[in-house]
Amino acid sequence: MYWGAMLRLEKLTKVYRTGDRALDAVDLEVPNGQVVALIGPSGAGKSTLIRCINRLVEPSSGKVFIGDEEITSLGAGALRRARRRMGMIFQEYALVERLTVMENVLSGRLGYVGFWRSFFRKYPQSDVDEAFRLLDRVGLVEMADKRADELSGGQRQRVGIARALIQNPALLLVDEPTASLDPKTSRQIMRLICELCEERGLAAIINIHDVALAQMFVQRVIGLNKGAIAFDGAPDSMTEDTLTMIYGEEDWKATIAKVEDEAA
Amino acid sequence: MSAAALDARIGKPWKKPAFIRNPYLRWGLYISAAIYILLAVSSIEVNWARVSEGLVRGWNFLAAFAEPDFLSRGKDIREGMIESVIMTVASTVVGILISVPIGLGAARNIAPLPVYLICRGIVALSRALNEIIVAILMVAIFGFGPLAGFITLSFATIGFLSKLLAEDIEDMDRVQAEAIKATGSGWLQWINYGVQPQVMPRLIGLSMYRLDINFRESAVLGLVGAGGIGATLNTAFDRYEYDTAAAILIIIIVTVMALEYLSGIIRARVQ
Amino acid sequence: MPVSTLTDGRKAWQLRDRKAQLTRWFAYFAAVAVFMWCWKKISDSTTWFFVWDAPRIASDIGSRAFPPRWSYMEKLWEPLWDTLNMATLGTLLALVFAVPIAFLAARNTTPSAVFVRPVALLIIVSSRSINSLIWALLLVAIIGPGVLAGLLAIALRSIGFCAKLLYEAIEEIDHKQVEAVTATGANPLQVMAYGIVPQIMPAFAGVAVFRWDINIRESTVLGLVGAGGIGVQMQASLNTLAWPQVALILLVILLAVIVSEWVSAKVRGAII
Repeated sequence: MYWGAMLRLEKLTKVYRTGDRALDAVDLEVPNGQVVALIGPSGAGKSTLIRCINRLVEPSSGKVFIGDEEITSLGAGALRRARRRMGMIFQEYALVERLTVMENVLSGRLGYVGFWRSFFRKYPQSDVDEAFRLLDRVGLVEMADKRADELSGGQRQRVGIARALIQNPALLLVDEPTASLDPKTSRQIMRLICELCEERGLAAIINIHDVALAQMFVQRVIGLNKGAIAFDGAPDSMTEDTLTMIYGEEDWKATIAKVEDEAA
Repeated sequence: MSAAALDARIGKPWKKPAFIRNPYLRWGLYISAAIYILLAVSSIEVNWARVSEGLVRGWNFLAAFAEPDFLSRGKDIREGMIESVIMTVASTVVGILISVPIGLGAARNIAPLPVYLICRGIVALSRALNEIIVAILMVAIFGFGPLAGFITLSFATIGFLSKLLAEDIEDMDRVQAEAIKATGSGWLQWINYGVQPQVMPRLIGLSMYRLDINFRESAVLGLVGAGGIGATLNTAFDRYEYDTAAAILIIIIVTVMALEYLSGIIRARVQ
Repeated sequence: MPVSTLTDGRKAWQLRDRKAQLTRWFAYFAAVAVFMWCWKKISDSTTWFFVWDAPRIASDIGSRAFPPRWSYMEKLWEPLWDTLNMATLGTLLALVFAVPIAFLAARNTTPSAVFVRPVALLIIVSSRSINSLIWALLLVAIIGPGVLAGLLAIALRSIGFCAKLLYEAIEEIDHKQVEAVTATGANPLQVMAYGIVPQIMPAFAGVAVFRWDINIRESTVLGLVGAGGIGVQMQASLNTLAWPQVALILLVILLAVIVSEWVSAKVRGAII
């Protein structure tokens, strides 16, 4: 067994009931503490890949290892315990809109507290303190008692990040964190996620549409096309050819050039 | 600033902010609600002997659903059902025909103020009076029979349809209506081309829905002598003929289900 | 596009072609025929002599009913209190049952779409198809006349209504919020409490208040079949042809309906 692999996928396959083969025998290893960007055209299976890891979507076949634990064979209770170690950050935030910011953050602890405690909002003091520390870290401690639907897009995604981190995860699954955010906020959110991963030594898989943004922040890029890995390498090793391989024929000069300008 | 805010929070218990912020108001409401429920429950007089005796009858009634008797009062059931259906259809048609002008008149964006007030008044009156109460008055005035039921249901339909139609017209897209007005059309042409296409699908949907309601209502009007299956049902209960009553209830449920299914299809097609 | 050629060779535009037009006319004709037949049936079973006499009877009743017998009011306070209780407690009781039924009936929360959902839907449609007055008739026959029968009748009728609106609201929730709560490792009860319940709270409050308003109206007439409330007094007054009392009762009912509509509008405004 290869040591240090936080996440390992073996021949992970997902065929939807419609017959669409969203994932086709994907093999992938992500070591501890590595942040990986997953790029690819719409419908390439990025979102399915992430959801197959914590089984929000049931994979059709193949294996998923988090550390030593195999996920796909777990029963309901064990799966819930396994999910606690995988924080998830969603496209368009997926906060529970009618709950307060604090309740949304604390909902990250649901896997650790019993039903009645969570129902009466009687979380352990350590959870409450940690929630405030995280809200402070993402700059929203003043907003704790506001309702989630009163926040701006960037603020909501920060709450989403705090919710994922309070789970005390070993791995972050991040699904299009910057979709529907403006360019400046997008960068801030990506920077925040990557900084937090570094602070806490978290591995992360980030689905992202914006290739340039991915190249700016991550250590490794994986290109997915039609459910299979088409590229796997360092961000600066990407060329126009690799983008053509992932996305298909198009003039990619501008995309690559922009990144080089910004890196300079 | 932020550090101070954080320090102020760490180590302190956290409570979800209450829905009603003012604690006096909150507890006042809780306590008065509790007192009300206590008083209300204690004011219900229950004759437990009668209830326990009734449980047997209740069980017999439920058992009757297993073998409903459609035949021994078959003629009464059939005539009652036909009368119910006739009242339903006739009152829905007449109700719609009268509702359209009143609905137009009750929409503030197309009707002048005096017309608006009169039409809104009619709508309010129709909605405030329970069908049964209207039926009692109609029976007193016109005598027993389906005519009283027909008038009652038509009147109730007017209140329901006109109100919803008026609200729909008030919510319609102004631009489309203005575009038609800009062509130099007359008032009726304007309604026909600018307003009608926008509200027609919903009007059809609502009419189907009202047909469904009218049928359900027609089943009870017979209790006060206004015609329909309700009279047969009432007789069945009076004679403790639970198997016949069960048969009638099953027919009503099935008809309502069929009507709902039908109106679902029609609504899906027109929208 | 339906365009026909006239005898002189010009083309004429029509909204519909001949076949569609004929079908349409036939449909109109059938509709009118059905209506006329219904009308004839109603007319056949009507004693027209009474109808022509109606204006005189109406004015006769009117003149007897006014002025209302105001002193009768002292006998109406208690039935009015009963009416309020039947509506309120009936609505509360209905909600207790409607919530679990709604969760069983909603496509996205039902434990089994094949076995449980049809049963829940059948309960809903049975409860909704039967008017509360018929429920009351039934319950009076079973447990005897009184407020309890009325309360249960209101509850039985309201279960289907509330459950239907609630399960439609549950089916319309944002699935992503549920997914997000699931991803934290929450158990199914927690997913419900955090992911689903907050989303349907406004619908729940709206439905409860809306139905309470309707129930106030309905509980005013349940007494006609012996199920308690102000309807009992109305029935008694009607039987003795005490029109001034009937007039007063109708006024009181009208007032109660207006007040309940006002209250429900206020509460709905405050919640949503």
